[in-house]
Amino acid sequence: VPDLLDRKLVFVTGKGGVGKTTIAAALAWLAAERGKKTLVCEIDAKGDLASFYETGPTRFEEREVAPRLWAMSMDTEASLKQYLSLQLKLPLVAKIGPLAKMFDFVASAAPGVKEIVTVGKLCWEVKERHYDLIVVDASASGHIVSQLAAPQAINQLVQVGLVRQQTGWMLDILGDPAQTGLVVVATPAEMPVSETLDLTARVGEETNVELAAVVVNRVLPELFGRGEEEVFDRLADPESGGEDLLEQRIGGSLKPLVDAARLTVTMRRSRTEHLERLRDAIDPGIPMLYMPYLFFRAHGLRATHQIADALSAELGY
Amino acid sequence: MPDTGRAGTLEALFAAKEIVIACGSGGVGKTTTAAAAAAMAAVKHREKVLVVTVDPARRLANALGLEGFGNEERRVEPEAFKVAGVKPRGELWAAMLDTKQSWDDLVHRHAPDKETERRILSNPLYQNISGKFVQSHDYIAMERLYEIHSSGNYDLIVVDTPPTRNAMDFIEAPRRMADFFSSRLLRLLIAPYRSRMMNLASKPFYQVADRVLGSQFLEDIAEFFILFQTMYSGFVERATAVERLLRDHRTTFLVVSTLEAAPVREAEFFIQVLTAKKFHLGALVLNKVLPDYLLDEGAEERAARMCDAAEELSHIDGLAESLGTDAAQLERVINEVASNFRNFAVVARREAGLRQELQIRPEVVATVPEFEGDIHDVAGLLQLGERIWS
Repeated sequence: VPDLLDRKLVFVTGKGGVGKTTIAAALAWLAAERGKKTLVCEIDAKGDLASFYETGPTRFEEREVAPRLWAMSMDTEASLKQYLSLQLKLPLVAKIGPLAKMFDFVASAAPGVKEIVTVGKLCWEVKERHYDLIVVDASASGHIVSQLAAPQAINQLVQVGLVRQQTGWMLDILGDPAQTGLVVVATPAEMPVSETLDLTARVGEETNVELAAVVVNRVLPELFGRGEEEVFDRLADPESGGEDLLEQRIGGSLKPLVDAARLTVTMRRSRTEHLERLRDAIDPGIPMLYMPYLFFRAHGLRATHQIADALSAELGY
Repeated sequence: MPDTGRAGTLEALFAAKEIVIACGSGGVGKTTTAAAAAAMAAVKHREKVLVVTVDPARRLANALGLEGFGNEERRVEPEAFKVAGVKPRGELWAAMLDTKQSWDDLVHRHAPDKETERRILSNPLYQNISGKFVQSHDYIAMERLYEIHSSGNYDLIVVDTPPTRNAMDFIEAPRRMADFFSSRLLRLLIAPYRSRMMNLASKPFYQVADRVLGSQFLEDIAEFFILFQTMYSGFVERATAVERLLRDHRTTFLVVSTLEAAPVREAEFFIQVLTAKKFHLGALVLNKVLPDYLLDEGAEERAARMCDAAEELSHIDGLAESLGTDAAQLERVINEVASNFRNFAVVARREAGLRQELQIRPEVVATVPEFEGDIHDVAGLLQLGERIWS
């Protein structure tokens, strides 16, 4: 498997709520930190990628938000305009207003049209070698397959015309594991794991994009080391009198502390089951990257730094 | 456990309403909450209750221990309740939304004749989009709800909404669908295929579109829209009726969230939109909430003291020996227990803060604790249901 950050185009997806944007933001941050000119693109217009860099809202025009790190948000209409003028060399930019409206209308109905404009822009940036790496905060798992499979869908629907001619080179980029990879983010819980497994199967069957890594986000650390849980159990057992002794010294009830420790142990245990189910089902050749649960911050630049550090460690840098 | 000082309960809300629509961002336990509330209603009220899920991930099927049930409503086996040690007063039914099948049914219902129906169903665009059409999931979910409600087969219908990018899309879906079919753009688009007179305004569009997309594709699109127009009045009428039903006093909305920043923001947005548009906001369910004892200030101080004094405490006479360990290991355990409390206290305080931020609140607010295991049977659903019911 080629190194994740050595690819040119990395799509990050996952079930809603698993921290997909956090991972995309941190991955791009890490790449930029390691000297790569990186573009991070948010597909969902309502996303909050900007908040992970503590920067103003992202737009279609790329903006440098940190050294070597550029950010943008996808806008299918703007992308279409760029596509028509740059790639098809259509001298129609002035009259594009009604055309864009019409496009939006057709795109609402025709499958793959909006997606091809989105994926097309990203592939084009790869082709033109404007960046060393493009990280895409892609659509959630429900929608990513139709996005990645858009060139094939368009190929089937559109028999002739410029659009069809354009799909060939896009397929070449998407299907080349040295250039393109998909990262699926999951959390150690039942539904995110099930959805990840469904998704990886579908991506294999319906697209030519390679699964590059699975990121397991919000992994609770093991509370107790070897043999320590037994010591804790005995300490908390009223018969040992251990808890009473500590309470006398500390001056008050330790019940909330003991309850919290029990809660952590059970939470960790039920999550481990899901983690194992995921690990057993994913091809052992696919790297699995474990990100710690962040107690202090789940948002903002601080969290982005922490996750970037964790990614760096997991990738062996 | 409902917040004290709030009069309403889910029990009362569900007794008064015929349709409950659960909404919330992805991953907050919306599907499970909808199923749990429906199961409770079936247990407690002598009613026929249906829960409809639109999620393609087959979650409800898992949660109810059912597999592979499709568009058709099916009764949840009374046996499943018996296993949970409960004898329900009513019946629980479940259905999953098959978007493709529902679209086909819709075309069948609205197409003016058999030939049009056949041509629509075989149009390459239709075949591709019946799963993806303009917020097609949203529209179909609401349309199906209308269909089921009008059948008069159920006393209560609980609907789980699809995960959408714009969380409120499903409310707008019927109106948008009506607008779509009555749009001027649509008429403009298909005009040249209806008559040989090329509309001046659309001429440049066709020149570009033809070059870009090829004329065959354009013809497919046009045929699709022309055929769909034959169903126009049926659609618009229906969409209006669906919208009316959503606003009906028998319909209520249940907002589900966890106490994490992003879902809370989304829930807040839901609540604002529902309130502004005068839909009935029935209840807010807060899922996977950490226990209150983590907010205990005294315990927090004791945890800090325990961290500082871990070494000293581990050397209390005879303590390590009585626990079958040595002072070094005991010190680690004491440290771990104390720091664990402090870590989770941070998270619990963040949750409490977010909870405060949810300013506008419906009459019913229910809190569900972080459950130890996952819910995948009726017993689990009822266990959760009990926490939010009264």
